[in-house]
Amino acid sequence: MMRLLVEVLSARRGEDLIFHDISFALSAGEALVVTGPNGSGKSTLLRVLAGLLQAESGRVSLEDGPSGFEHPHELSHYLGHRNAMKRELTVEENLSFWRHFLGNSPGGSGIDLAAAAAAVGLAGITHLPFGYLSAGQQRRMAMAKLLVAYRPIWILDEPTAALDAGADRLFAGLVTSHLARGGIVIAATHQSLGIGQAKTLQMTGFAH
Amino acid sequence: MIALFFRDLKLSVRAGGGAMIGVLFFMTVVSVIPFGVGPDLNLLARIGPAILWIGALLAALLGLDRLFQAEREDGSLDLLLMQETPLLLTVFVKCTAHWAATGLPLVVASPFLGLFMNMDELAIGATMLTLLAGTPAITFIGAVGAAVAVALPRGGLLVSILVLPLAIPVLIFGVSAVYAAVEDPAPFLPPFMILMAITLFFAVIGPVAAAAALRHSAD
Repeated sequence: MMRLLVEVLSARRGEDLIFHDISFALSAGEALVVTGPNGSGKSTLLRVLAGLLQAESGRVSLEDGPSGFEHPHELSHYLGHRNAMKRELTVEENLSFWRHFLGNSPGGSGIDLAAAAAAVGLAGITHLPFGYLSAGQQRRMAMAKLLVAYRPIWILDEPTAALDAGADRLFAGLVTSHLARGGIVIAATHQSLGIGQAKTLQMTGFAH
Repeated sequence: MIALFFRDLKLSVRAGGGAMIGVLFFMTVVSVIPFGVGPDLNLLARIGPAILWIGALLAALLGLDRLFQAEREDGSLDLLLMQETPLLLTVFVKCTAHWAATGLPLVVASPFLGLFMNMDELAIGATMLTLLAGTPAITFIGAVGAAVAVALPRGGLLVSILVLPLAIPVLIFGVSAVYAAVEDPAPFLPPFMILMAITLFFAVIGPVAAAAALRHSAD
């Protein structure tokens, strides 16, 4: 059974440690919700987990994961504040690019583009340029990106910002089914994600 | 990787893409020279290859700053950095796509602009060949500058200034190869071989350096 291990992790923002000695372990099928006020280091933690920021100390590792992967971030989807989609290209071209570029991690496969668009409730508008969509629709399409290529670990930074209540529920459904398939989800959020049981981690901000 | 190549190609020809900007700039620079220099056909023919090369160099530098900055602005760079695929391969593919979209049109446009400069067939052919061999080097050198300046909001001119010293050898050997082809005593091959060596050298060094710079630009 795959396990994501985080041991005594700390990271710096400028001079000070924004968090320190964070440890947790997540098994397949478990979710972690990271909460805390603005500036408490939620995004920094997620970026460290995604391998985009250097940790000051500690390590992130994967136990019993597929062989041939050095870092957990190679097996992760990262949904940040920005959607990582090109405004000039159509939704279909965007999703198709990420599907081919990301490829599937061992142990699963992504669903096709039309099914992914339908899963986020936006079937039938994939021929439009991404820039034509509203902010909420863009966010939904960025979520569809999580579905077109399989990654066991999802790292989500405020996934439901700019979304209406219906999209919130829809997203909770996507996360729940990902967990049911043995995935791992780490999400930073202000609202509750509406998923059954999840571990929580409360961030407090700069440690002086 | 092929998907990345075609995506970048598509992006550069869509609205807001930089593919045509380089060629238009190249045309502007070269077409005003005869008006400035005057109707001395021999002089134009003599300085033609140099003018074409300078124009192509500046045009090739023009759109380079967007190579990684556009990816960073919409968050795509994060995902490119996270993958199992070596980053330098990703950078290499992005460079080749950028060259195909902006460098290749310069090579194709150069014969027509050569006519403006009263160059003969041999000089035009030699210029085209040296541009074909030399412009990829400019892209690979520029990628390093673009990666270093990726987080700077007004990095455009800075990238050009950063990479210009490294691009000077390309210009020197490109132009001297053309003159060697046109004037009899000087041999064509040695400068042309050095030009190709420079391109191959930067095709290796450029992506490695750019990948290292991108890794450390993360915030």
